[in-house]
Amino acid sequence: MVLTAGLSLKPQHYNAALACPAAGLWFEVHPENYMVDGGPRLAWLEAIRARHAVSLHGVALSLAADAEPDPAHLARLAALVRRVEPALVSEHLAWSTWRGAYHPDLLPFPRTNESLARIADNVCRAQDALGRRIAIENPSHYLEIAEHAWDELAFLKELARRTGCGLLLDVNNVYVGSRNLGYSAENYLDSFPGDLVMEIHIAGHTPDPNLGESLLVDSHDAPVAPAVWALYERLIERIGARPTLIERDDNLPDFATLLCERGRADAVLRAPLARAA
Amino acid sequence: MNTPAPAALARFQDAFAHALLEPLAEPASTVTALASQPGFTVYRNTVMKGCIDALQANYPAVARLVGEEWFRAAATIYVREALPAESTLLRYGASFADFLARFVPAAELPYLPGVARLDRLWTESHAAPDEEPLDPAAIARLAPDTLARAILHPHAAARWAWFEEGPIYTIWSCNRAAAVPAPELDWRPEGALLARPRDAVEWIALDAAGCAFLDACAAGGTLDAATRAALDAQGDADLAQLMSTLLTAGAFSRMSFMHETPGRERS
Repeated sequence: MVLTAGLSLKPQHYNAALACPAAGLWFEVHPENYMVDGGPRLAWLEAIRARHAVSLHGVALSLAADAEPDPAHLARLAALVRRVEPALVSEHLAWSTWRGAYHPDLLPFPRTNESLARIADNVCRAQDALGRRIAIENPSHYLEIAEHAWDELAFLKELARRTGCGLLLDVNNVYVGSRNLGYSAENYLDSFPGDLVMEIHIAGHTPDPNLGESLLVDSHDAPVAPAVWALYERLIERIGARPTLIERDDNLPDFATLLCERGRADAVLRAPLARAA
Repeated sequence: MNTPAPAALARFQDAFAHALLEPLAEPASTVTALASQPGFTVYRNTVMKGCIDALQANYPAVARLVGEEWFRAAATIYVREALPAESTLLRYGASFADFLARFVPAAELPYLPGVARLDRLWTESHAAPDEEPLDPAAIARLAPDTLARAILHPHAAARWAWFEEGPIYTIWSCNRAAAVPAPELDWRPEGALLARPRDAVEWIALDAAGCAFLDACAAGGTLDAATRAALDAQGDADLAQLMSTLLTAGAFSRMSFMHETPGRERS
């Protein structure tokens, strides 16, 4: 079955997710939430996996840290991959764990030759441990970092060339970054290497409570914004259909509301799929 | 001894991680200029919110007792002392009960650390390995002399605790279930047992005899030794009722037997 639009899987929606018969539907989870020895969490994930495709979207391998990925974490991730047999596995162009402390965020770094070499090595270690290709996601940006020696697109392309990894294109992150740092989201997306895109994310964002529209926050707590839908439709028109996640993590509406939003992405993907058929 | 200078990326990450929790970046570090940009606050807020949300999710009875505002203020101080050591945030906050025990603003709430310990035991039980609970019929079939040599192994998801300081179990279970506690608490010691007899964590009150019995089982003692421990803890213990309660609650996973020769065990 072709995977079209998916949803973030949340415990509040386990029953509805399990029963939902929508064609092409899939679910994404953060593997860190399922790195337990047993119990109802894993049982639920396995029950849903028995009915739907699942994607593991990691937030904690910390690939952009100047350190190898934690071997224990990587082993637990590999065990979960064997158990769940996910359709997709992805991680971020970011760091979160550093010197034994986990910072629950996707932190930035200067894109230099040094960081590229380190991240490429880390991606290779991850792919070797998991025995599969992973997709690396472009993060949201909030800071002007003067030390950048590479622009992000060139950096991602070179990372993929060195490691064989794919890319996860988060359209909302591109929009948030373009508004915060003042670049053209259209130009960025028009230049993004479509052949490397294994998955797409779209999500809601919110203005910073103090600074308003001049600082957008990638909060995943609201419906996808009209501007992001427009960018997404333009992207799909150019590169064709890719599994697309409605990434909602906070301020959750009921499952029917999420399914309705997911239906819009599904419809966008059905057009190129019908043309290709 | 000469240590090599850390690489630029490592220096960046040291300074960035420091600035996430401190109001002022280290002067003249690589991130001084970054930390003064408005966008740096997004990272500070996201890291702090992620940790506090995780603590609140892991300690729901504590949060309900003290209210969200108090909880999140206390959690902010805890996070600065103890960032998560791993990314599975379900396990974050292992030292939170100890923190509350020495947290001066919580001194008027002497039951709070105990309630936090029970929230933590719930999490441990919830994420423990899957095992079939011991079938009560397996015990009923044993001859009396065999029974005395039986060793009951606590289930991987079984957690129990005795609280000398007061009715911690009653306070915890009312708040865990979002119920209203009785207006007049009977202020005396209590114990609790949490286990997963089916799919989800369930809990019951457990008396001093029950806690001593399970402690003896966990230490590898025979049923005979566990029974003596239970009676030492509580002279009037009803052992038949206790066994029935523990078996129904899913406290055990399997049984083995001590050989006639002391000190040898076979499964």
